[in-house]
Amino acid sequence: MKSVIVKLENVNKRYKDKTIIRDFNLEVYEKEFLTILGPSGCGKTTILRMISGLEPVSSGKILLDGVDVTDIGASHREVNTIFQNYALFSHMSVEDNIAFGLKMKKVDKDRIKKEVEKMLDLVKLKGYNKKYPNQLSGGEQQRVAIARGLINSPKVLLLDEPLSSLDYKLKKEMQVELKRLQKRLGITFVYVTHNQEEALSMSDRILVLNKQKEEQLGSPIDIYNNPNNKFVADFIGESNIFRAKVIKVIDRYAYVEIDLGKKIRIINKSYKVGDQIYIMIRPENITVGNRLSENSLEVSVKELIYNGANIRIIALFGNKEIKINVKNSDKVALKEEITISFNTKNISSFVK
Amino acid sequence: MKKESKFFKYLSLLPISFYVIVLIFLPLLYIFCLSFLTTDYYGGINNTLTLSNYLNLIDLVYIKLFIKSFLIAGISTFICICIAYPFVIFVSQKKKMTKNIIMTLVMVPFLTNSLIRTYGWIVLLRKTGIVNTFLQDINVISSPISFIYNDFGIILGMVYTLLPFMILPLFSAVDKIDKSVIEASYDLGSTSFKTFFKIIVPQTKVGLFNGSLMVFIPAIGYFFIADLLGGGKLMLIGNLIKNQFLSARNWPFGAAISISLVLITFGLVKIYQKIGGKMDDLGGF
Repeated sequence: MKSVIVKLENVNKRYKDKTIIRDFNLEVYEKEFLTILGPSGCGKTTILRMISGLEPVSSGKILLDGVDVTDIGASHREVNTIFQNYALFSHMSVEDNIAFGLKMKKVDKDRIKKEVEKMLDLVKLKGYNKKYPNQLSGGEQQRVAIARGLINSPKVLLLDEPLSSLDYKLKKEMQVELKRLQKRLGITFVYVTHNQEEALSMSDRILVLNKQKEEQLGSPIDIYNNPNNKFVADFIGESNIFRAKVIKVIDRYAYVEIDLGKKIRIINKSYKVGDQIYIMIRPENITVGNRLSENSLEVSVKELIYNGANIRIIALFGNKEIKINVKNSDKVALKEEITISFNTKNISSFVK
Repeated sequence: MKKESKFFKYLSLLPISFYVIVLIFLPLLYIFCLSFLTTDYYGGINNTLTLSNYLNLIDLVYIKLFIKSFLIAGISTFICICIAYPFVIFVSQKKKMTKNIIMTLVMVPFLTNSLIRTYGWIVLLRKTGIVNTFLQDINVISSPISFIYNDFGIILGMVYTLLPFMILPLFSAVDKIDKSVIEASYDLGSTSFKTFFKIIVPQTKVGLFNGSLMVFIPAIGYFFIADLLGGGKLMLIGNLIKNQFLSARNWPFGAAISISLVLITFGLVKIYQKIGGKMDDLGGF
């Protein structure tokens, strides 16, 4: 059993008459990398700010390492935040920025010096002591911000979309580095982002949030392969979603009817005949040709997009566009009319 | 095309050049020349060159006057800082609309002449004024308090008149600080007190000095405030200069004091530029 480091109990947040967060519960485990993922305005940053203490809760409880910290302000909580724009102190050198937290704790100077050196080494900024934030690149500023947070050895490090202003390549590098850092230090990370790729590649668990509500909480694999609902399926990765009606149930399997009267076999999740549900297939789980005969559709090819290793086919099924990914090496014969097929085990289904 | 735009550039500079040369530079040059001449018994100017006007200034009476003026200006500036900082921090946390309204209200007093507003203080604070009468009526005090016609009156007048000049530059500096920088400070364990001195003040250094300059320099020269609220007994440099020109009719001496003041002020501006320059090197806001 993993121990819980942060616990939110029935947390509510209201601004005047507007409810930002309603009856929210969350348990963050020690040493895990938890990502809160959601579109902008879903309340993910508010949750992070409530954990940090920068935003008071309207009602509910926040526990940090078993201690109720609901009424304790940000300066006395053993958590630190990495802000989206880094929020470095522009009038202080890199060294002074990193040392700030320890100076506030009145740690003696020799120890501060040692700790700062250790941090600079950790974030690969050795020798940057005397530089000022405006002399650094975006990536370097980011590292200073991380060092400034980590030097206080917080129980939890909160990261608010820290990579959003970096360019694509740097973003990729920092993703790997952040993950390594987190594993190495064994500090709990709570990471907020709207970028599903970031969430999938770094997290131990992902909490998908939409319109102030938890949509799904689970491992990246779980979230990607078995989305709970239409929102998660649509938001994470690429998907083809069909409205479907259950027409027959035979123990493990259910048969549904989609557009144009096509019948598809799916795994039964205690559906009843007549249920209106959705089914979802990922573009990479679709095969061109009739090799997998479990489920197949006749579609007409509308567009071909060459992506190097992959070829994206956009096909029309009735008037619905279907996204298909095939490997370049597969050498599929592409005609105007093709048959596509997919396995029953690759179909996700959900009621809303 | 290029010639035309250059022509336009000079044309657009014409009014301000005229203003600076004819209304500031030439009079100042005149004052500068005047300060090296002598005066006769009736206040006329003699064309004999002398340094005596400047040498006369090196007198304990005048030195004391300078020190006192600077002290009063300094205290006024300090009080303005103490009032303006909490105020602008408070305003900067408001919504944009509220900010605009409050900052407009700060500037409203400018619509009334400052001389008239100073008279307003007399009505309020003199011994038979509203405040004293009220305090006596509710038996808080037995005899009236001398609020004005002393140093306190002068400082009060200066702070009242010049406060907006502190608030405006300080507000634009404080308003520019990223909210998350302040939050980062709290997040890293800092108190409000430390956040103010370690983050807010250093980040608004330029605005602070700018405002201080805008308060300090006029506070040395605003003779009418000393005249009205100081009761005419307490002289500042501004009054001394005014008296030399209007009552004593010793224009060259008045000119010498003025030039000294200009030089001191210039020195202060130089210090400001130095601080501003350093801030730019740091890439501060």
